[in-house]
Amino acid sequence: MRVLYFAWVRERIGRPWEDVETTAATPAALADELAAREERYAAAFADRRALRVAVDQRLVDFDAPLEGAREVAFFPPMTGG
Amino acid sequence: MTDRVIRLQEAPFDYGAECAAFAERAGGAGAVVTFLGLVRNDGGSLTRMEIDHYPGMTEAAIDAIAAEAATRFRLDSLLVLHRTGPMQPGEPIMMVATASRHRAEAFAAAEFLMDYLKSRAPFWKKEHRAEGPIWVAARDADEEALDRWAGGAG
Repeated sequence: MRVLYFAWVRERIGRPWEDVETTAATPAALADELAAREERYAAAFADRRALRVAVDQRLVDFDAPLEGAREVAFFPPMTGG
Repeated sequence: MTDRVIRLQEAPFDYGAECAAFAERAGGAGAVVTFLGLVRNDGGSLTRMEIDHYPGMTEAAIDAIAAEAATRFRLDSLLVLHRTGPMQPGEPIMMVATASRHRAEAFAAAEFLMDYLKSRAPFWKKEHRAEGPIWVAARDADEEALDRWAGGAG
């Protein structure tokens, strides 16, 4: 599964994307797995309320199903306009 | 059918020329509303602004927002133009334009587009200031602005 990071999440983790082997059922479970890896991931995922998640380029909740997903992205609340 | 134009670009744009072209295309609509967002320089210490986005999702999200606007309001045409990448204080960031038979629908549709573009399209602003770079934080007010369109897009 491809995992993408944007804005300060990307900067904190230090990469724009990576391919991850996971059986996580939800974005929340995937975030837990990533946070357990290293300090920089733990820092990025420390405050889940400060993050949003998209699965296959659609905004979803952290407890949405991940089954069959090709792409998951973690990022802060959007600030366009 | 609403004529919809969505553009993402790095280069600055000429607001006057875009408005004129839109009004020309929307000829006969009766009412055109346009909004321009500029790079604000609060406190005067901004050296540049940068907009990060999620290629692919950005286009899809704006398209969904525009489609929802076209469903909710009787529009002849709409335009969404948003820049990405580096930009200077005072430069245009984005614009929306709506054309309708009557002004009320054009104003409401422009507000709807702006409210959703602010917090449902994957853009992130980074300000480069004399005291260091900072990612702009989303405001609660922007999220609350969506409540008045309850049940909407995004």
